Amino acid sequence: MPVQVRGEVVSVRRAGQYFVLTVTAPGVAEITRPGHFAAFAIGDLESSSLILRRAFSIYGVQSRGIYGGTMDVVVADSGPGTHWLTQRRRGDSLDVVAPLGRPFSLPREPVSCVLVGGGYGSAPLFMLAEQLRARGCRVDMLLGAATEEKLFGVLEGKRIASMVTITTEDGSLGEAGRVTDLLPSVMAKANAEVVYGCGPMGMLAAIAGIAGERGAYSQCAVEEAMACGIGVCMTCVLPVIGDDGVTRMVRSCVEGPVFRGERVRWDEVGTIPADTYGAPAGDHR
Amino acid sequence: MTRAVVRYDTGDAPPPKVDMSTTLAWFAMPSPVLTASGCAASGRELDQFFDISAMGAMVTKSIMLDARSGRATPRMAETPSGMLNSIGLQGPGIHDFIEHDLAWLRERGVRTVVSIAGSTTQEYEDLAKILRQHEGIDAIEVNISCPNVADRGQVFACRADTASGVVASVRRSTDPSVPVLVKLSPDVTDIATIAVACDRAGADGLTLINTTLGMVIDTDTMRPALAGVTGGLSGPAIRPIAVRCVWQVRQALPDIPILGVGGIRTGRDALEFILAGAHAVSVGTVVFHDPSAPMRVHAELAVELAARGFSRVSDAISYAHRPEDADLSSDAEDDELNPPEWV
Repeated sequence: MPVQVRGEVVSVRRAGQYFVLTVTAPGVAEITRPGHFAAFAIGDLESSSLILRRAFSIYGVQSRGIYGGTMDVVVADSGPGTHWLTQRRRGDSLDVVAPLGRPFSLPREPVSCVLVGGGYGSAPLFMLAEQLRARGCRVDMLLGAATEEKLFGVLEGKRIASMVTITTEDGSLGEAGRVTDLLPSVMAKANAEVVYGCGPMGMLAAIAGIAGERGAYSQCAVEEAMACGIGVCMTCVLPVIGDDGVTRMVRSCVEGPVFRGERVRWDEVGTIPADTYGAPAGDHR
Repeated sequence: MTRAVVRYDTGDAPPPKVDMSTTLAWFAMPSPVLTASGCAASGRELDQFFDISAMGAMVTKSIMLDARSGRATPRMAETPSGMLNSIGLQGPGIHDFIEHDLAWLRERGVRTVVSIAGSTTQEYEDLAKILRQHEGIDAIEVNISCPNVADRGQVFACRADTASGVVASVRRSTDPSVPVLVKLSPDVTDIATIAVACDRAGADGLTLINTTLGMVIDTDTMRPALAGVTGGLSGPAIRPIAVRCVWQVRQALPDIPILGVGGIRTGRDALEFILAGAHAVSVGTVVFHDPSAPMRVHAELAVELAARGFSRVSDAISYAHRPEDADLSSDAEDDELNPPEWV
C-alpha cells in the first residue's frame, strides 16, 4: 500500500541527459518492488501553479544507511515541473507518494530473461535484473535511445547483465537502429522465455508482438500521462483485455503500469475500441 | 490497516476548539469538508491515505445506468493552476456500483453522497428509483452539468426548464428522507436563474460548481490536446468563478443549502466559500496533488475560523453578506467577532 511522506533530497546528480534524484522516503524502500513508481508534488502547495504530480518509475531503493530509507528516480528535464525537480538541492523537502502501481511479475523458475529499455525507461530494469539474477535467471539487456546521451544505465547494465546490447537511432553508440530490430536475435541467443520492457508505447507494442511470435511471455511497463497516480482521476486509461476476454479501459496507475504484453490492445491505445465494455454505440472516437 | 499520512505542522498550538459540524439540508456531518465527484473515485483509493469515514462525506464519481467506457485519450491537459479533463463519465453502471462500491462504503461506515448522471430525464428518474431500494445513501447529487458530452444541448444545467425537469423527476422518485442536491454549471448567462428554477422544482440543496468548459491546443502537433477536443477546467484557476457563483446564488436564495466546489486547496480557500454562502465544501482536483487534502483542509479551516473568532463553522456561513453597517455596531475593543443573527 502506498504512503504519502515528506522526503528530503539527498542528492541530484547528472547522468547523461538525465538526473538521478535521491530522496529520503521513510517506509517506502521496504515495500518497493521493481516496476513500482513514485509521484512527486511540484512546488509549494500554496503557490505552485503546477498542481499535478509527476510520476517516475523507481530506479532503486536503499532501506538502510545514514539517511534511513531512500529512493532513487531518474528525471528527464522536459518541462517546467521536471525542471523544478532537477533544480532541487540537498536538504530540500519533497512530498512523495510511493510505491504506486502493479510491479513486474517474476518467474518462479530460473528462466532466461531479456530486459528492454527505451531511453530512461530502463530505470526500473536494474532493480529487476538484480532480483532476477538472485532467482538464478539469466539476464540480458537491450538498451536503446535516439542518441548516446539519451541512453541510461549502460555501465550498470554491463555490471548486472550477462550481455548488454546497445542501439542508437543515429548510431552514436552500439548498433544503429532500434531495440526492436535486434530483439529477435538477442532473444534467440539467450533462448529467452520472458521479455520485460519499459519505454514508449510503440516500442512496447513491438516487444509484445515479437515476444508473442516467439512464444515468450512479455511484461510491459507503460508510460501514460497521469494526473493523480493513485487511481482516482481516470485519465491514464488504455484498452486492456481481461481474464474474461472482455476489453476494458483500465487505469495504468493502479492496474498497471506493468501489463502482460498480449493483453494490451497496442494498436488501439488512444481510442475506445468498438467492443470495449461500455463503449458508445457507433462512436468510436 | 496502517496509514502513513503527512502531518502538516500547525506549530505547538493545540488544535483549535471549533464546532465543525454542519448540514446540507437535513444531512448532518461532523465536518464541512467533502470530496468532489469524479476526484475521489468511490473512496477505496483515498482510504489508503486517511480514514475517509472521518470526512464530512464521500461524494462518489457520477454513475450512469449502464457501464460506460468514457472518452478516448488524451483525457487530460495541465493548465496554469488547473487542469482540463475529458473523461466522459467512465464507470461500471449503477448495478455494479451498488453491489461493489456502495456496499463497501456502507460497510466502512462512510457518509456517502451518490452522484448520478443521465443522458435523458428518464435515465435520471430510473437511477433515482433504483437507488431508492438501497440503504447507506445520505444524499443524492444530481450531476446535470458534466461538460464532457458530445452535444452541449444535452447539458441540462444550461437551461432553467431542462434543469427543473430533471430535478422534479429525481425529487419525486427519490426516498423523501434523502436530500437531493443539484450540481450546476458555471457556463450559463445567469446561474441564479438556474438555481431558482432548481429550488422551485424541489432541490434540497445545490452543488456549485462543476468544471467550466475549456480547451488547449498542443503547439507541437498543432491540434487540440484532448481527444475529446474540449474538456472541463478545474483547480485553483476556477476558484474565483466558483466563489462568485456561490455568492450570486446565496444572494438570490438566502436559505438554500450550498455545497461549494472549485479550486479549493487550503483551509483559507474553504473559508472563502463558506463566507460566500456555502454550508460545506468539496475538495476536488487538489486531491491529485495531495491525497490527504480533505483532512488537511478540515484542520486548516478550523485554524482559520478560530483565528477570526468563530467558535462554530455554521456562524461563518454567508458572513461576507452581512450588511455594511454590521461591523460598526460591534465594540472595536472586543476581540470576539459577533456574527449577526440575520443569516
